[in-house]
Amino acid sequence: MRTRLSSLCKMLFGDSARSFATMSIVMLLVLAIAPAKSYFSEWHGYQNKYLALIKGRGDAVTLQRRFEPGLKQIWIPAMSVTDRCTTCHVAMKEASLADVNQQPFRPHPPVHHSVTQYGCTTCHRGQGLATNVQEAHRSSLAWEQPIIPTRYMEASCGECHLAPSTMLPTLTSGRKLLAREGCVHCHTLTFADGSTLTPTDDPPSLEHIADKTSREWIFAWIKDPQAYAATATMPNFNLKDEDARDISAFMVSQSTPLANQHKTEAPIKAAADPAAGTSLYGEAFCSSCHAVQNAAGIIVGGDLGPELTRVGSKVKPEWLQAWIKDPNGYDPATRMPHFRFNDQQVGTLTEFLMAKNDPDLLANVHLTPATPEQIAHGRKLVQENGCASCHVINGIKKPDNFAPDLSKVGSRSLAQLLFTPGLQHDIPSYISAKIRDPRSFGTALKMPRFKLSTQQVDALTTALLAQTDRADTVSNALRIPAPRPSNYRPSGAAAKLIADLRCFSCHAINGRGGDMAPDLTMEGSAVNRAWLVAFFKNPNTLRPALIRRMPKFNLSDQEANLLSDYILNVYRSPDVADAVAAAQNPAEVEHGKQLFYGKYACQSCHIVDPTKDKGYIGPTLTKVGQRLTPEWIYSYLRNPQAFRPGTLEPNQQINDADARAITMFLSRQVGGGTTK
Amino acid sequence: MKAATSLFLLVVLLQGCSHRPSRPASSVPAGSLLTEVSGGKQIGAAGTELDQPIVVQVNDKQGTAVAGAPVTLSGAPGVVFTPASGVTDASGQFTATVRLGETSGRYVLAAATYDAQGNPINLKLDEVALGWQQSRGRDLAHNSCDRCHESESTAERVSNHDNLDPKPHAFSEGEALNRFSDADLTNLITHGGPALGKSAEMPPFGNTLSKSDIESVVSYMRAVADPPFRNPGVVYAQK
Repeated sequence: MRTRLSSLCKMLFGDSARSFATMSIVMLLVLAIAPAKSYFSEWHGYQNKYLALIKGRGDAVTLQRRFEPGLKQIWIPAMSVTDRCTTCHVAMKEASLADVNQQPFRPHPPVHHSVTQYGCTTCHRGQGLATNVQEAHRSSLAWEQPIIPTRYMEASCGECHLAPSTMLPTLTSGRKLLAREGCVHCHTLTFADGSTLTPTDDPPSLEHIADKTSREWIFAWIKDPQAYAATATMPNFNLKDEDARDISAFMVSQSTPLANQHKTEAPIKAAADPAAGTSLYGEAFCSSCHAVQNAAGIIVGGDLGPELTRVGSKVKPEWLQAWIKDPNGYDPATRMPHFRFNDQQVGTLTEFLMAKNDPDLLANVHLTPATPEQIAHGRKLVQENGCASCHVINGIKKPDNFAPDLSKVGSRSLAQLLFTPGLQHDIPSYISAKIRDPRSFGTALKMPRFKLSTQQVDALTTALLAQTDRADTVSNALRIPAPRPSNYRPSGAAAKLIADLRCFSCHAINGRGGDMAPDLTMEGSAVNRAWLVAFFKNPNTLRPALIRRMPKFNLSDQEANLLSDYILNVYRSPDVADAVAAAQNPAEVEHGKQLFYGKYACQSCHIVDPTKDKGYIGPTLTKVGQRLTPEWIYSYLRNPQAFRPGTLEPNQQINDADARAITMFLSRQVGGGTTK
Repeated sequence: MKAATSLFLLVVLLQGCSHRPSRPASSVPAGSLLTEVSGGKQIGAAGTELDQPIVVQVNDKQGTAVAGAPVTLSGAPGVVFTPASGVTDASGQFTATVRLGETSGRYVLAAATYDAQGNPINLKLDEVALGWQQSRGRDLAHNSCDRCHESESTAERVSNHDNLDPKPHAFSEGEALNRFSDADLTNLITHGGPALGKSAEMPPFGNTLSKSDIESVVSYMRAVADPPFRNPGVVYAQK
């Protein structure tokens, strides 16, 4: 062995020439390490593949000339972006390669921002400095944020865009869902600009629940809310029978009777006509807010109020009667308006709704009278499950920080999280799995499973992934802050009436209110008084194509006048044109008619002459002269979006003379065939 | 001896590499016809689950449904089926949800089953994945265009299509719309029908939608055209 070694040594370093040669070879090899590493690197391979890909193409010469070999980097110090992605994604700007379906050679599809301005990782996340596929794309110990999957892409937009936007549909709907599904009752979510997300669902107060429903219904409901109403927001807590029994016992025991007179009132008789209930339900447009599941299983109606498919199995008739008469008595915070129904109407509606019952729902619920132990246990369960986070319950305080704060959930360190076997080890997978089935992470976890579609889970995940540490570092110049909630309140006697009718549940005024019905901020400049008073008395439909409509509140003359005066005097816009002179001669009206039917083809969407016109996308204009002021018609024609943001009517840049002529023509449309 | 062993091993290994699906056992029910029930020609955003699941039906020669027949779904890398394979139910149908790949383009999905002789029967389904710009175009179209251009009414949107003459083209009507260049379509939307000698019932949207909005709408029309626009964009299919 030793002799072999010494002979090898002699052969390599025997004399100066030999040792020089050996050392030269060793030096050469050492020097070759760096170029070899680069030559055998992944990105070099991709660049070679790219060159092979473009070889046969028509514009190969141009593409080749634009291609620069070597490591490349987008460096934007202001945004702390150092991205080497373009080293492999070489064809980012080559629009002519749009038909290539092979990554990393696809050109970047057109998006709102330019790549050179924002870099890659600002939107896609991942590790920009990395120069191999695994490190750049996947979550690792050194870099936890992976490339974000396309379906959550808008999460990165959400780091700067805190305001809702139609350009970011997934993010916007995710944030809406966080508020709508009640997530933010238990979790806190603070945006980078300091604003917090507030819940928009309306969990009822349970202080007087025994007045409203039976213990049996409470039991059935908390066992499986969706069995009662498919659209129920409340999740299924998978309670054991004993636990549901004890919670229902506690709920009934904590309920205090309401001190008002409604309960003792005798039941009011319904109208004799059996169809009266259906027609009253339709006339009052209950379905604008309440849904009912029809025989085919399709849910028809709005989601502002609870689903009524099985309401007869839930509520007590005397409670329902009092509620329909005046919802304020039971729940001063309800979104339901106070309809001025007469006694017979109240009776008819009560009977109609009580008939919507499901005998199977409570058929198997048999509860023995509650014992004090059961009530005490129920109270403990209510505290443990955080029921008071959403509901007002007598004797139980709303718990603080019941669930983890989600303000920075998108940057949670993976070491702090528990992953289930088989779950990909990164934050997007964790969040979506947690939303989809929270209790797959442990049966003792409190968070229940919400009934969500895949699209909703994706949207919620997107909204939560936007809550990162990086969002805090965004400069104010780039950040689009969340809109401040408006605390607008009307004043005077009309304010009381507006509150009683719950106008803000559907209409927005000065930034406050719902989006189901038109914004009324400028309504006073738009409508004529006589029409408005008549409309309040009997809201006939303006848009036949709409299914959600203004209900008839049965207002008194005095109330209709009060509201009309307030709207006409207060809700005015200074942008509406000053008086538009009435038509001097029939020729002007005729000219307007020509423009209406010819140049602007308004009849594609509006009906002026019901015998001829067919379009029904816009409101019917047969009586538009009664409804709208000429000033409004003129101003609106000039620029519809300025007066109704988001309206369908396109801005046709109608010039002054044409707009005046069409206004003359439309102002003449007051019904009764005056067009002729 | 050594050479023989390595040759044998090589053959075994190559067998393992081959893509030929193994012939199912004769006891497995087999049909002779694989048809699409629903789920083809859907349009969804890239990387998201399609609204409707894919449903395929296995029938035998007499046209009777075959229950328990094996069905395998496959697509380009990135396409996720839940479940990707299984057997048909009592009515001979197999249902799976599909999540399209991460990038936009047309996706060709393949369903396969075996006949009694063990030969594969294949079925292809086309789906379209929209990129951000095209999804934006779809949202804008939904808001501003579909009420007249789509003849189907939904609960939330009553169609105005029947009230118009001439009838507007649906955006998927490739045969009519592929004849227009991008510039012509952009002009039509910006300046209205009369700009191209068409009906004034098509109003100008140039002051309502921004330039990039109109680009988005055009790119959406191109993405959903059927037959595909002459530059068909990306097609993802298995090799």
